Amino acid sequence: MYGIAAVTVALSFVAILFFTIISNGYSAFTQTMIKLEVNLSEDEIDPTGGRDVAVLSAANYRKLVRQSLRSHFPDVKGRRDKRELAKMISSGADFAIRDAVLADPSIIGQRMNFILAMSDDIDQFHKGAISAKSAQSDRRVSDKQIVWFQHLVDLGLVEGKFNTTFFTGGDSREPEQAGILGAAVGSLLTLLVTFVLSFPIGIASAIYLEEFAPKNRLTQFIEVNINNLAAVPSVVFGLLGLAIFLNFFGLPRSAPLVGGMVLALMTLPTIIIAGRASLKSVPPSIRDAALGMGASRIQTVTHHVLPLAMPGILTGSIIGMAQALGETAPLLMIGMVAFIVDIPGGVTDPSTVLPVQIYLWADSPERAFVERTSAAIIVLLGFLFLMNALAVILRKKFEIKW
Amino acid sequence: MDHNQFTPEPDVTGSSEHGAATKVSARGLSVYYDDAQALYDVDLDIGKNQVTALIGPSGCGKSTFLRCLNRMNDTIDICRVTGQVWLDDQDVYDKSIDVVHLRARIGMVFQKPNPFPKSIFDNVAYGPKIHGLAADRMEMEQIVCSSLKRAGLWDEVKDRLNAPATGLSGGQQQRLCIARAIAVEPEVILMDEPCSALDPIATAKIEGLIEELTEKFTIIIVTHSMQQAARVSERTAFFHMGKLVEVGDTDQIFTMPKETRTQEYITGRFG
Repeated sequence: MYGIAAVTVALSFVAILFFTIISNGYSAFTQTMIKLEVNLSEDEIDPTGGRDVAVLSAANYRKLVRQSLRSHFPDVKGRRDKRELAKMISSGADFAIRDAVLADPSIIGQRMNFILAMSDDIDQFHKGAISAKSAQSDRRVSDKQIVWFQHLVDLGLVEGKFNTTFFTGGDSREPEQAGILGAAVGSLLTLLVTFVLSFPIGIASAIYLEEFAPKNRLTQFIEVNINNLAAVPSVVFGLLGLAIFLNFFGLPRSAPLVGGMVLALMTLPTIIIAGRASLKSVPPSIRDAALGMGASRIQTVTHHVLPLAMPGILTGSIIGMAQALGETAPLLMIGMVAFIVDIPGGVTDPSTVLPVQIYLWADSPERAFVERTSAAIIVLLGFLFLMNALAVILRKKFEIKW
Repeated sequence: MDHNQFTPEPDVTGSSEHGAATKVSARGLSVYYDDAQALYDVDLDIGKNQVTALIGPSGCGKSTFLRCLNRMNDTIDICRVTGQVWLDDQDVYDKSIDVVHLRARIGMVFQKPNPFPKSIFDNVAYGPKIHGLAADRMEMEQIVCSSLKRAGLWDEVKDRLNAPATGLSGGQQQRLCIARAIAVEPEVILMDEPCSALDPIATAKIEGLIEELTEKFTIIIVTHSMQQAARVSERTAFFHMGKLVEVGDTDQIFTMPKETRTQEYITGRFG
C-alpha cells in the first residue's frame, strides 16, 4: 500500500519533469521563417563578372536581404526605423543566400524566392513567448516591429517551419542559428573514446580480479579502492585529467580525446563492479565442467564463463556509458565548456558535449535559448533512452536460458 | 625424490581377488584447507578397468580424495596437497605434468548434471575440440555419435543434436555429461555422486551404463548410497573423518568388514 503510494509519487514527479521539459522545448523544433523575393543583382554580387569564389563570398548579401524586406515597407524612412526593420531578419540570413549563390553561381542576376529565418525575438513573439500586451520597454520587440510583423503575416510571407538548423548547426550566439549537432558529435566522439578505453580494460580487470587473482592483501586493497573510486565525485576526475592529461602530458584542451579519457576513468569502476558481479553469478559448476574436461583456465573463461556473464557486463557497461553521457563537471575542468561553433571532425578537435551545451544555453540571457535548452535536454534524454533500449536488447539477445 | 626411479608398489592396501593391474595409486596423500586437514595420509590403489566405490559419511573426505586425482583441487586457492598420486607410472603432482593433458586422461562427472548451456552436439564436441582430437567435421560427428551411443543417449537425442542441452531431463543431462567425459577417450573416469540428483529410473540407467563402461575405462565413483556401491562396484573403500578406514572387494566390505567402524556405517549406526 505504502509502496504503491511511493511509486505513484515518484512516477508523478517523473511525469511532471517530462511534461515541463517537453512543453518548454517542443517549440524549439520549429522556427519562424519569412519568404522573401531577393534580387540577386549582378552589380551587387559580382560587378566584375569573373565569378571568382573570393568575390562571391565577400559580396554584401545583407544589403540584398534588406532591400528585399524594405520593398514590402516603402513608407519606412529614417536610419533608426530601417535598422529596426532589418533586425527582424536573422543575421544568418545573408549566409543562406551566399551559400545558395556559391553552390550555383548561375542564379546571379535572377530574382529568387528564399525562405529565411527571422530573428530570435520575432520568433519568440510569433510563438507567443513575448506578449504584445506588456510595456514596450519590457520586451525585445518594439511596437513598430509588431506592426510590421503583422503586415508580413497578413501578406502570407511568415510561416513556422521545422527547425533544421537546430539539428545541423553548431553553437552560435544567435539562438536562431544555434544547433546541437556540434555538441552531439562531441558527445559521440567522447563516448567512443570512453568506450574504447573503459570496456576492454574494465572487462579485463574484472576477469583478472574474479577468476585469476589470488586472494591476498594486495588484491583486497585493490578491491576496496575500486569500490571507493566508484564513489569519488566526478569533478575530482576532471581535476585529475587537468593535472595529468593536460598539464603533464600536454594533450589538447577541450578535446573529446581527453574528455573520453577522463570519463573512462570515471566509468571504469562501474564496469569492473558490474563485470565482477555478473562473473560471480555464473554457476561454479560450469567452471568445474570445463576444467574437468581439461580446458585451461583461460579457455574456461573465454569459452564458457565470459559468454554467460556477457549480458550482465554489457548492461553494466551501458549504464556506465549513460552516466558518462550525462556528465558535465569533469568536462568543465578540461575546457570542454568553451564556446565552439565548428562541428568537431576528430577526437583532437575542440568540442563540447550535450550536457555542457545545455549548461551553456541555460546560462544565456536570450529568451529563445530557454526553449532550445529544453529541446537539447529532450535530445539528450532521447540518447539516454536509446542506450537503455540497447542495453535491454543486448541482454535479451545474449541471454542464455538455463 | 627422483620420480623416474619409482615403480608403484604392489597393492598393500587390501589385495583384490580380481587381480587387476593398478591404474591409479595414492601414497601418503594429505589435503589441507587452510589449516584444517581434510585428508590424512591416504594410501589407496585403484585397479584397472574396475569400478571402485568410495563410501563414507558426509565430510569424510571422499570427494576431496576424488578431486585430488585429476588435480581439480588446484582451483581452490586455500587447498594444499601433500603426498603422491600415480597414474600408471606418472606422478600426477609432478611439476612437469600438464594439467590440461592430465584431465584429458582422467575425466570427471559431477554431482549435479552440469551441461554447458549450448547444444547437445557442442557439449560432446567441446572436449575433442580443445584437445584437437578431430581433424574435420566428419570425424567430430563420428566422435559425438559414438560417445552418445556409449552413454546410451543416442536414441533419445539423435533427432535434436542442435537442441540446447539444458532442455534435457536431469538423467539425460547426466548421461550427456558422461558422454562428454568419454568423448576425449580418458583412461579413468571420476564420478562424484553422479546419481544423487536423479530419480530411481535415471539412476538405474546410469548404473547400467557404469557397468558397460568398465570394459574400456577405470571408474572411481563416490556415492552416498551403499546399495549403489554394492550394485556397481567391484571394490569399495570406506572413508571416515578424513582417513581411509578400510578398502577391499565390495562383497567382503559389505558382508564381513574387518573394521568395526565400517561395520557400524554399513549397518546404519551412523552416517
